[in-house]
Amino acid sequence: MATVLATNKPLSASPLKLSAPLGAAMAFLGLDECLPLFHGSQGCTAFAMVMMVRHFREAIPLQTTAMNEIATILGGMDHVEQALLNIAERAKPKVIGLVSTALVDTRGEDMAGDLPRILERNRALDGVAVIPVSAPDFEGSLETGWSKAVTAMVAALAEKSDAEPLDCVTLLPGCHLTPGDVEHLKDVIEAFGLIALALPDLSGSLDGVVPGRYVPTTLGGLKLDEARAKLGRAKLTIAVGEHMRPAAEALAAKTGVPFVLLDRLTGLEAVDRLMVTLSTASGRPVPARLRRQRDQLVDAMLDGHFFFGGQDIAVAGEPDFLWSMGQLISEMGGHLAAAVSPIPAPFLADLTCDRVMIGDFEDLEDQMLEAGGVDLVIANANARQLCRRHSTALFRAGFPVFDRLGAAHQTSVGYRGTRDLIFQLGNMLMDHHS
Amino acid sequence: MLKARIEQLHNEPDCAVNQGKSDAARKKGCGKSLTPGAAAGGCCFDGAKIALQPITDAVHLVHGPIACEGNSWDGRNTGSSGSDLYRRGFTTDLSNLDIIHGGEKKLYKAIKAAITRHAPPAVFVYQTCVGSLIGDDIAAVCKAATERLGIPVIPVEAPGFVGSKSLGNRLAGEALLDHVIGTRTPADIGPTDINLLGEYNVAGELDQVRPLFAELGIRLRTSITGDARYADVAGCHTAKVNFVVCSQALVTLARKMKERWGIPYTEGSFYGISDTSEALRNIAKLLGDPALMERTEALIARREAETWAAILPYRARLTGKRALLYTGGVKSWSMISAMHDIGMEVVGTSVRKSTAEDKQRIRDLTGGDEVMLDQLAPREMYRILASREADILMSGGRTQFVALKARSPWLDSNQERHQGYAGYDGMVALVRDIDRALSNPIWEQVRRPAPWEVT
Repeated sequence: MATVLATNKPLSASPLKLSAPLGAAMAFLGLDECLPLFHGSQGCTAFAMVMMVRHFREAIPLQTTAMNEIATILGGMDHVEQALLNIAERAKPKVIGLVSTALVDTRGEDMAGDLPRILERNRALDGVAVIPVSAPDFEGSLETGWSKAVTAMVAALAEKSDAEPLDCVTLLPGCHLTPGDVEHLKDVIEAFGLIALALPDLSGSLDGVVPGRYVPTTLGGLKLDEARAKLGRAKLTIAVGEHMRPAAEALAAKTGVPFVLLDRLTGLEAVDRLMVTLSTASGRPVPARLRRQRDQLVDAMLDGHFFFGGQDIAVAGEPDFLWSMGQLISEMGGHLAAAVSPIPAPFLADLTCDRVMIGDFEDLEDQMLEAGGVDLVIANANARQLCRRHSTALFRAGFPVFDRLGAAHQTSVGYRGTRDLIFQLGNMLMDHHS
Repeated sequence: MLKARIEQLHNEPDCAVNQGKSDAARKKGCGKSLTPGAAAGGCCFDGAKIALQPITDAVHLVHGPIACEGNSWDGRNTGSSGSDLYRRGFTTDLSNLDIIHGGEKKLYKAIKAAITRHAPPAVFVYQTCVGSLIGDDIAAVCKAATERLGIPVIPVEAPGFVGSKSLGNRLAGEALLDHVIGTRTPADIGPTDINLLGEYNVAGELDQVRPLFAELGIRLRTSITGDARYADVAGCHTAKVNFVVCSQALVTLARKMKERWGIPYTEGSFYGISDTSEALRNIAKLLGDPALMERTEALIARREAETWAAILPYRARLTGKRALLYTGGVKSWSMISAMHDIGMEVVGTSVRKSTAEDKQRIRDLTGGDEVMLDQLAPREMYRILASREADILMSGGRTQFVALKARSPWLDSNQERHQGYAGYDGMVALVRDIDRALSNPIWEQVRRPAPWEVT
């Protein structure tokens, strides 16, 4: 049990928090032929876009309603209308994720109320699904925006069906899962003879492919038709991470498809729960290949535990990221010496450490100093400055990771992902002591 | 007040674009009005931050919700030879309660907390859209903080929604004039002190220029702002010459420093061999010392010869190669002139941020208007590269993947770049990097279709 401490300090120094609209935009990138649109000043879009470009090393489709001072005061729905029409004409997307920012939410714009009128009077927008999400920057962080966007997708796309359920499982991945993680989970689900449907599916759109033409929208990700046809006919929904609960509940309420919420998919027991769930849903035994991977993970734990035992490890990140990493560290015999999350979540009290700070990288630094130094830090690339100051090794994970290649393919879920993660962390700890 | 200030900036008499405009057009301002749904680029706050953040020993505190700083800190690649305080992100991270109750008290407490922990020589406070919308008076808070806490706390009024990145650069210049420059008199004023204006030390470019000054006996008081110390900026009104590197951004600052302190200025660039020489020559001329002029000519002759010798081996390989330029921070004409220096051809360049004078220089260099592109939509950029009408794209990070997805070489020439290209050494580095990009063996393999795609 940990004490969760919110500092409520006036100054955030070296922020760990990211903006909710950024999380919402990232979620929309997991729909095929989609273009997310920020309703805000053009800077909001530029910052979010640059950050995702640096992390994914991909062109990121993201547009802006380009609000100026006067439009902000008078109301910006004209800008929304113009932006939608321009995007529909130039980029021809099937979906536009319309994300409000702090700027327009401070003014109190009724985006969801005005949108139907805009869609009604513009035939040019026929056939474009516009999904509105209110995700102001002044509430929550990356997870918050991602969660709100996926819930909005459910509201817009899921349809109840009376037809026979398909041999299909819907996966609702949290934003702490990489495109590589989602790709791996889809493989695992398909190994049980089930169709895997991920909402959203970054493994189809941000997994780094080179199309032979210019594409102004997302290319790949969950297709709109597929979402509409299958979300209501799945046998089961599996949500990964507590921040996916609102979306899972909304989907169940709308379609009647039952859901299972798995708190994490990193760690032996955690993955075992997934196997039992999938085996029950499919009525099939766990395939031999996956049993073999379980053995490999057990072996990795045996080989690796020497290097984790008694080591002081600091983790900073969004709540579900912190939960996944923190629990693995504890399960491997490591000591969670410092834990920081940008926003609170009740389950953080269940982490095996003395306290969890709700704060920033300065809080992480203070925690590390208080612990007399740590052996390893697990956090996003923004921890690089403090790790350099203290000559501490940094394992880069989460978002953003802008100074390493392959952030999108980093896999840490399932037996195989956990195995590889244990090897990577174990190697760094081994280096630290040699 | 901010409105009047922006209007006055739009009226800059020393700006070439402005002079060519009608009264009505001038009133509208210089930023093109943005098209919702088809806009790209940073905001006014971004511009102000780029211009001031390289004051490396100061705290730069952003008064706004998390997006403005949380989504952008540690992203600008400007180097420091001293403090690294400027690389940390500081923000009041306004929450919904702050927005309801107002954020002024929180801002004051944040300033105090930053000073207590870091003891900086100054704090810069940046206004944002939301802070401005809820009516937080950052100037009043900064004034109170300066008085009570005893160190300068400088308000930077450039919220994102008032205009472009370029306007933000200029508003940053205004903040320096109002609150910083002239507040301190250095003890070591010399006859050859100069300032650079609009040089941000991206990728350590100052280090490619500073040795030239050192060799000539010219002292760089400060760069506004690149690898700058607060005290040097505060005392830079004692310099004898200002050299404006990126003319549009800080020409107003240069003019006002001339009016207030009688510092003459000249404009130019350190990109390319001929431009670097010209810049040194002009600075020496303004300093007015015949012996210095002589030393400068000698240095130019020697360094030009060395540089040509260093790039000669590349010239044969690069002659006739075609480049597409999409640069903002680096002035297009100076890049074109640099490309020509090594025998390369420029097939297109964006002129969206160029002045009338810039465009004339491009015309003089290329003998026409054909290469000037007002807009270069990503789709068109992709087409030019994929059809191999250009061999390389030189641009910023946002368009990097347009080039790479077209399986085309790309070179970073924007403010996030990691390699400096200024001065004579920078020219050699630029040529080397273009050659590395073009001659990398991957192009042949990655352009080849998969075996099963061959018909």
